[in-house]
Amino acid sequence: MDVRRSIPRYLYWLFCQFELITCSYLMEPWEKVLFYSFNLAMTGLLLYTAYVCLAFHLSSAFQLLWSLLGNPRENALSVVK
Amino acid sequence: INHIVHNGGLYKRPFNEAFEETPMLVAVLTYVGYGVLTLFGYLRDFMRQWKIEKCQNATEREEQKDFVPLYQDFENFYNRNLYMRIRDSWNRPICSVPGAKVDMMERVSHDYNWTFTYTGRVIKDIINMGSYNYLGFAQKTGACQEAAAKVLSQYGAGVCSTRQEMGNLDKHEELEKLVARFLGVESAMAYGMGFATNSMNIPALVGKGCLILSDELNHASLVLGARLSGATIRIFKHNNMQSLEKLLKDAIVHGQPRTRRPWKKILILVEGIYSMEGSIVRLPEVIALKKKYKSYLYLDEAHSIGALGPSGRGVVEYFGLSPEDVDVMMGTFTKSFGAAGGYIGGKKELIDYLRTYSHSAAYATSMSPPVVEQIITSMKCIMGEDGTTIGEARVQQLAENTRYFRRRLKEMGFIIYGNEDSPVVPLMLYMPAKIGAFGREMLKRNIGVVVVGFPATPIIESRARFCLSAAHTKEMLDTALKEVNEVGDLLQLKYSRRRLVPLLDRPFDETTYEETED
Repeated sequence: MDVRRSIPRYLYWLFCQFELITCSYLMEPWEKVLFYSFNLAMTGLLLYTAYVCLAFHLSSAFQLLWSLLGNPRENALSVVK
Repeated sequence: INHIVHNGGLYKRPFNEAFEETPMLVAVLTYVGYGVLTLFGYLRDFMRQWKIEKCQNATEREEQKDFVPLYQDFENFYNRNLYMRIRDSWNRPICSVPGAKVDMMERVSHDYNWTFTYTGRVIKDIINMGSYNYLGFAQKTGACQEAAAKVLSQYGAGVCSTRQEMGNLDKHEELEKLVARFLGVESAMAYGMGFATNSMNIPALVGKGCLILSDELNHASLVLGARLSGATIRIFKHNNMQSLEKLLKDAIVHGQPRTRRPWKKILILVEGIYSMEGSIVRLPEVIALKKKYKSYLYLDEAHSIGALGPSGRGVVEYFGLSPEDVDVMMGTFTKSFGAAGGYIGGKKELIDYLRTYSHSAAYATSMSPPVVEQIITSMKCIMGEDGTTIGEARVQQLAENTRYFRRRLKEMGFIIYGNEDSPVVPLMLYMPAKIGAFGREMLKRNIGVVVVGFPATPIIESRARFCLSAAHTKEMLDTALKEVNEVGDLLQLKYSRRRLVPLLDRPFDETTYEETED
């Protein structure tokens, strides 16, 4: 009962801190709507970019690391021998 | 942490003053908050200009749109976009005597603080942590009130004249003799308004060809008086004696700017307690410097008279110095005496000169008789001349309250500025939304506080200022502390990293801008 009530309360308190820090506590409702939608749009774009590009970057970084450790990988990039 | 004294034991007691540095994360988040509000301010201004939104603030008329713009500077932008959002924390109407508890009229705003309407309800018994009521003389019952009522029935309320014409009552003479005896000076003169005392008497004392060395954080009345006098003004860093000494040395060595003649007079303007910082002036060092470089000292004891010192005689008694060392002792009756007005005390020749040449004496209406009687009664009470020990008990109660309140707030983890013994307690808030939130939350819990932001303080250092009183009982302070603790947890105000930085005497060089370093 305590845990079930305290997690939503804690999240609400975190949201209040966000409101205080970014001063959306002081804004009128339509300004809040504008501000939050802008924030959510930016976060959505960020997550999408991360999802699309991160896989490629992670795999190429991992390949570089693997080759640095002394185990060259057979692939199209390392044809020159 | 005690002040480490290198200057030959000028201080007879430890001087504990601390200004904890702003945490970096808090400063960054404060700027983020101000940035968001500025963007929305531009948006709202755009909408107001293109008539998408109704414009409720003052603008120029249609015919004047081609003239030089009146409302485009930063102050007006701040006023209509940031101040308006949190305006309900200021100008709250109270409807009882501002003692330890006060009644306030409730008001609501339906258009986001542009207009207010009164609901008709009166919020009773709000613990008053904002009034300058240091010794608790703001009362509607008691010896002071009875004496003032008697004088009111005898003399009436108005004087209808200036001091030099027909406004010099015998009550004024009695008051001035009493003030001179209280301070330990030869003679004193009282004026009707504390602000006018500073702004009208500094021009009478200094003029062109004189130098004024004024502290960075001096009150507006001192700044106005200094500017009106026409003297050259140089600013030294707040309470920094090395900066003051450097300025004095430069003044003596180089003289006036173009002609290199010696200055006619050098006047140092300091305050006893600085009300926005809660710091106390380093008076022993200032007096030592003043004697070494042969300059004059003007001490504004607006907040420290009655509040410091074992018998309430102010900052001079607090440090154990002689009042003859301070050339001009100025103070106000508004804070500790529960009345209104100001005084200047000093040598007899000085006060006789001011009686003739001060603008306030020549043009301002003299003090109202009931107010004079309130001051006389309260001053006699503090001195113990009315036969009771109420005054002494109040001075000690204020000192106890100060120490207790400051200690508890520091233990809770808030950043508190200023000296350990000053009854003015600034609690740092920093973020703009928390200014409004703190004021509202404390009012919901029946405690009235004063919150301060720009332009009274630097823009990121907004604070809540508590003024302690001898009328506060320990139960009231405990209630207030409990609520402050709760609001501090709710709003996350406990920024202190408990890294106490001791104030060391360091040689002042131009590259040092911070008083404290990690």
